[in-house]
Amino acid sequence: MSVKQISVFLENKPGTLYDMTRVLAEANIDMRAFSLAETSEFGIARIIADDVYKTVAALRDAGFVSSVTDVLGVAVPDVPGGLNGVLSALSEAQVNIEYMYAFLSGEKGGSAYMIFRVTDIAKASAALSSKGIALVSSDEISNL
Amino acid sequence: MEKYYQPEIETASREQIKQWQDERLVKQVKHVWDNVPYYRKKMEEKGVTPDDIKSRDDLYKLPFLSKDDLRKAYPYGLLATPLQNCVRIQSTSGTTGKRVVAFYTQEDIDLWETCCARAIVAAGGSNEDVCQVSYGYGLFTGGPGLNGGSHKVGCLTIPTSSGNTERQIMFIRDLNATILCCTPSYAAYIAETMKEMGLTPDQIPLKAGIFGAEAWSEEMRQDIQNTLGIKAYDIYGLTELSGPGVSFECSAQTGMHINEDHFIAEIIDPETGEVLPDGEQGELVFTSITKKAFPLLRYRTRDICVLTHEKCACGRTHVKMSKPRGRSDDMLIIRGVNVFPSQIETVLLNQGYPANYQIIVDRVNHTDTLDVQVEMTPEMFTDNMGEISKRQKDLVDGLRSMLGLTAKVTLVAPKSIVRSEGKAVRVIDKRKI
Repeated sequence: MSVKQISVFLENKPGTLYDMTRVLAEANIDMRAFSLAETSEFGIARIIADDVYKTVAALRDAGFVSSVTDVLGVAVPDVPGGLNGVLSALSEAQVNIEYMYAFLSGEKGGSAYMIFRVTDIAKASAALSSKGIALVSSDEISNL
Repeated sequence: MEKYYQPEIETASREQIKQWQDERLVKQVKHVWDNVPYYRKKMEEKGVTPDDIKSRDDLYKLPFLSKDDLRKAYPYGLLATPLQNCVRIQSTSGTTGKRVVAFYTQEDIDLWETCCARAIVAAGGSNEDVCQVSYGYGLFTGGPGLNGGSHKVGCLTIPTSSGNTERQIMFIRDLNATILCCTPSYAAYIAETMKEMGLTPDQIPLKAGIFGAEAWSEEMRQDIQNTLGIKAYDIYGLTELSGPGVSFECSAQTGMHINEDHFIAEIIDPETGEVLPDGEQGELVFTSITKKAFPLLRYRTRDICVLTHEKCACGRTHVKMSKPRGRSDDMLIIRGVNVFPSQIETVLLNQGYPANYQIIVDRVNHTDTLDVQVEMTPEMFTDNMGEISKRQKDLVDGLRSMLGLTAKVTLVAPKSIVRSEGKAVRVIDKRKI
C-alpha cells in the first residue's frame, strides 16, 4: 500500500516556492504533507495532496516540472521508541531509506505520521506489517 | 533523383566555373574601380590596378574589405551604381554595432532570389509545395530572400513572417505547408510548441525545413528533424553579399554549396590574411562577381569554416563550406580560451538537454566566469536529488572536455529562458572590459 507523492523542481532563487504555493492555493489544493530538499543549485518540493491528478495538472499548466513517486505513509506509534521500532523493522529487512519526513501527528498516545521513500516498497511494507506497524493509504491521509 | 533549379549551372564542370569566375571577376574589379572611390583608394594604397587582375588566380592581390569599412562608408560610400538604378535596400540586424545598409538593382534582387530558389529545390521543393516563410520580413534579408526564391520555384508561398507561433502552426496544419523557412532557434521553438500540443511527426505535413541566419549544431539539426519529422537543411548568407542563399545544403547534408557563379570564396588565416588551401580551417572571405549595386571584393565574413572541393553525392560541382563554427564575433574569450556557443550547444544536446540555453559570462575578482543555464524538462526531472546532481556534474565534465575550462551549470525552471522568433540571444556578456 503506497501513497502518491508529487515532486516539483524548483529553481533556487527568491520567490519560486511562493510561486508554487500560489498555484496550489489558486487550484484549491489541500496539502497533507510537505517537505523541501535543496542543494545550493536547485530544490525539490515533495507534496502529498488530496488530489494528485489536479495538483499535477495545475503545476504543469503553470509551467512547473513535476513527477509522481510512490512512497510509504507510516503510522508511527507516538510513544518513546516508536520511530526506532519502525527503523529496526526496515533495517532487519535490509531496506534502504532514501529520505523521510514527518507530517501530522494525531492526539497524544495515538500515532505520528511519516512519509518514507525507500528502495523497495513491497519489501518495506511486508517488514512493517509483520511488526504490526500500520501503513496509511492515500484516502486515509486525505481524511486525517 | 536529385533535382536542380539550374542544372547546367549547378553541375557545371570545374573548368566552366573557373572560366565564369575569371571573366566576371575581371569585369567586376573594373566596375568597382571605376565607380567606388573608397575601394579604388584601397587598391591604390596596395598598389593594385584592374590591369593586375587577369583571372581569379590574381584575387589575392586585392585588398580586403571588413565590416569596419562598411561602417565607415555608410551609407553610400560603397555604392557602385547610380541610386536611380537601385530598387531596394536591406539592412543587417545591427547586433554588433552600426547597421550596414546594402543596395540592390532589380538584377541584383533576381540573382539573390535565384540563389534562394536553388536552395529550395535542393531541399526537395517544387511547384507542388507549400512554402511557409517564417523568417522576419522587412529590413532583415531572411523573409524577402526566401519569399522571392519560393516564388521563382513556383511554391505556394505563405508569408507569415516570424512571431505568433500558434498562428504559424495553424497555417502549417490548415494549408498543409510542406517546407518551413526560419531561423533554427525558431524552428526549435515551433517544434517544442507542436510537441506540447501533442502533435506527432506524422500529424505535421512538413517534409523539409530551410534554416539559417545563425550558427546551429548538428545535434540541434537531429533534434528538429526528429520532432517535426522533416529533413532540415542549412542555408547561409550575409546581408552584405545579398542575403540567404550565398550557399545552401543539398540532400547529402555534408556542407553548403557556394553559388560560385556569383561568389568566389577563399579561406584565409584570420591573423595574417594569408590564403589557406582546401581543407584548412580559417576565415571565410567572399568576392561578389555579379552584383551591380553593392559589389564587395574580398569581404571578410569573420565566419570560421573549411572549404572542400570533394565530389558531392548530389551531383553539384560547386565548392562546399562546412557549417560555420560561429561568427568570430560570436566567439567568446573566457580565461584566455576561445569558446563558441555552438560547442556548448553540442554538449547540451548530446546529453539530452533541450536547445534552450543561455550562456552568461561575467568577471568576478578579475576572473572570467561562465554560467550555462539550462532548462529542466519533464524527461530530465526525477525525484532523486543525487541523480539530478550527477547529471549536472556530467554536464560540467562534458563542457570541460569540450572547452578546456570549467563552467558552472545552473538548472532553471522550464520556459524561463526567453524563446526567440528570430535570431536567438544565446550569450549575455556582463564583463566590463
